[in-house]
Amino acid sequence: MSHAATVTSEGENVLRIENLNIDFVTDAGAVPAVRGVDLEVKAGEILAIVGESGSGKSVTARTALGILAENGASHGAVYLNGKNMLTLHGAPLREMRGKDVAMVFQEPSTALNPVFTVGWQIMEGIRAHAKISKKEAKARAIEAMRQVGIPDPEQRVDYYPHQFSGGQKQRVVIAAALALKPQLIVADEPTTALDVTVQAEILALLRELRNELGTAIVIITHNMGVVADIADRVIVMNQGKIVEQAPALQLFEAPQEEYTRSLLAAVPHLGRQSASEGMEERPAAGSEVLVEAKELVVHFPGRMGAPGFTAVNGVDLKIHAGEVYGLVGESGSGKTTIGRTIAGLNKMTGGSLKVLGYEMANFKERTFKPLREQIGFVFQDPAASFNPHLTIGECVAEPLMVHRQLGASATRTKVGQLLEAVQLPAGFADRYPHELSGGQRQRASLARALALEPKLLIADEPTSALDVSVQAKVLELFRELQAELGFAALFVSHDLAVVDQLSTWVGVLFRGTLLEEGLGSKVLANPQHDYTQRLIASLPVPDPREQAQRRARIEELNRQQA
Amino acid sequence: MGTATLSKANQSWAAKLPIISHLRMSSGLQRGMLVAGLIFSALFVICAVFAPLIAPYDFAQSSDANGDFPRQAAPGGQFIWGTTASGYDVFSRTVYGAQTAILVIIAAVVMSLFIGVLLGLISGYLGGWFDRIMVVLADAIYAFPSLLLAIVMSIVISQGQSSLYGGVMAAAISITVVFIPQYFRVVRAEVMRLKAEPFVESAQVIGSSPWRVMFTHLLRNATRTLPLIFTLNATEALLTLAGLGFLGFGIEPTSASEWGYDLNRAMSDATSGIWWTGLFPGLAIVLTVLGLTLVGESMNDLNDPRLRRFSRKKAKRITQAGGKA
Repeated sequence: MSHAATVTSEGENVLRIENLNIDFVTDAGAVPAVRGVDLEVKAGEILAIVGESGSGKSVTARTALGILAENGASHGAVYLNGKNMLTLHGAPLREMRGKDVAMVFQEPSTALNPVFTVGWQIMEGIRAHAKISKKEAKARAIEAMRQVGIPDPEQRVDYYPHQFSGGQKQRVVIAAALALKPQLIVADEPTTALDVTVQAEILALLRELRNELGTAIVIITHNMGVVADIADRVIVMNQGKIVEQAPALQLFEAPQEEYTRSLLAAVPHLGRQSASEGMEERPAAGSEVLVEAKELVVHFPGRMGAPGFTAVNGVDLKIHAGEVYGLVGESGSGKTTIGRTIAGLNKMTGGSLKVLGYEMANFKERTFKPLREQIGFVFQDPAASFNPHLTIGECVAEPLMVHRQLGASATRTKVGQLLEAVQLPAGFADRYPHELSGGQRQRASLARALALEPKLLIADEPTSALDVSVQAKVLELFRELQAELGFAALFVSHDLAVVDQLSTWVGVLFRGTLLEEGLGSKVLANPQHDYTQRLIASLPVPDPREQAQRRARIEELNRQQA
Repeated sequence: MGTATLSKANQSWAAKLPIISHLRMSSGLQRGMLVAGLIFSALFVICAVFAPLIAPYDFAQSSDANGDFPRQAAPGGQFIWGTTASGYDVFSRTVYGAQTAILVIIAAVVMSLFIGVLLGLISGYLGGWFDRIMVVLADAIYAFPSLLLAIVMSIVISQGQSSLYGGVMAAAISITVVFIPQYFRVVRAEVMRLKAEPFVESAQVIGSSPWRVMFTHLLRNATRTLPLIFTLNATEALLTLAGLGFLGFGIEPTSASEWGYDLNRAMSDATSGIWWTGLFPGLAIVLTVLGLTLVGESMNDLNDPRLRRFSRKKAKRITQAGGKA
């Protein structure tokens, strides 16, 4: 009996994992990645596996395809349609892959080979399993592309990956996964690399496919909003073990385990704990203006005759002393560029930008340098923003070394105080950056930015590389320090919920222009611009009931636009 | 993970030295390659350092108290590897050849390392016209066949000098000129990549001066791959020296022993069935180059976790140890 003829009735398990243990062999010894995991996936079910980084969620789900890194050792059983994927090798394993189970990767731009057409890449899987003509395979590829909602699939089947947008590329990856109508799709963070508005579309597509084709989907994610949006059943993993598994509604409304509760509590929820709650006007409107942009333009020249790119196009904004200005936007909106231009890392090309009274249009490193001690900067990736060869103490002392010539012992005392201020033990001064966790490094990064007690702090997505529970703690620290030291801050983020929690005044950027500005609670509750409305509606909230209403709202907005 | 990194920090400094740490990481075939390379290289270094103790005669000695040495004597007896047409002992000359080779390697690699790294650092970080000129210069040197350039340099520098010092420095400087672009290129590319890293930008927004950024933040991060180029260039330096000697631009046999020169002399012997004058210096070159290359390649593979392989035995041992813990 062939697999295609096997009709899986409702309730039958497509995937069953029994007592799975995985270790990774490293120089430092064996690192346990997965411990005693049991799970089932039924036909037509969407199972979400959530957990923070290092929880073993990806490693577990990938065993369904028989994928395991070369230094991994697995024990247990992974039955896919009754066959143990852990013991299969070579041809029988390849026979299963693509036909019975397929995978959707996180980053669509690297999952597709740039030198082949998308049609070729979809056909590759089809022709590996069925001896059919090229013409027939192409017809199937076109069919698959139509299914995932790519317009004009007949023409676009011959396009190359770079001719598609990020969201469409992910649709192509999904089409390739669907081409052979597998019973199970494993989607590893399929929307993490995408903007929220695109994320909403991809999630809608996955849900549709499940309803139409009855494909079981295992979705791996760290985003509780995504889980609330799409999952039927949820498995929470922590440190390689399953903490809790429950139907989605039950998990969100009545979590049983302490870990699940703390994880849910750490997720920023749009519209709750707004920094500007109850405010009617800009609280800092009367105080000194630290940054003032008028018609600011930042243009990056193209290469050799290619047209350049205007990242920031005529933006007006003011940051007053002591206030937190939140700048939100999707990738490519120019939010990071504005932050970097204020810090003198990018050159502006038009308009006017005054930073602490200094006109950046006439930027000269030598004349700007004395002002640098008034400006702190926190970078997105805490792992990359420290010199790996210097200790944390040396890194934090760097601004003191450059601007204040204190003695060695005075510097050391000051570094100790700074570390204490960001709630790190003073002993961390002697450690190297790689010996700290992501959250600890970002605290040290805050300490470095605040070492000279700056008037202005620029925080460029300071928490987006962190897990939610760590993010919550870092944000809390940021809030406390801001209240205590009273510095002004430009807080740049793609996450509306985070921005609203921290900043009173919020600006929404879209393709280099500032669409709207206002009190955080007002902008989020009553967005004026179409784009802001879509952006807010697209952000999934960690509450399945509320999320269902929001989904209806996006569909309505999409209909209006059509 | 936390305990793993801590225990690493407590390891003695000796275990962190390049080659020793590589040896600890390796297993299976990779370890075999590394160990073989280390043995050949160690043999080479020992020969160079203890040449006067190992060699029975001096490199330019063609007679002793009992009179002149026989010419082109076959291996065996008093001369274990035979003698050359000029009556030199092949074994002694081969052993002393290591001394010349190591002097040239050290001088060439050290000079090109310092100049190349400094230029690459400045050129990569500051950019602008200096960078453009340096890149064009480096490309121009690349465009020359390196041996031809070395010949020209050796004529310009030594002007026919043939003393040990003059000959070694001529060879070393000519090799240096050829190698500077390599170090320059590698360091420049690495610096250009690092320049966009947040930790460099964070130093810039603090207001650090370019010199501070270059020497505190960039230098140590940009020179990670250098031990590898160092070993690979050492072999090239050796081959260039042998090539110069073979073509007759080397060191006179009375100033120092040099393998390439000996090979050149052995050419006419080979046709008349005298194999020992060419075989031993030739083997010395091959084994030294092989040894240094194996060390370099193994270090390259072991530095990259994706290329590092665990043998089945070692993987099993580690998983079992982990299972018990």
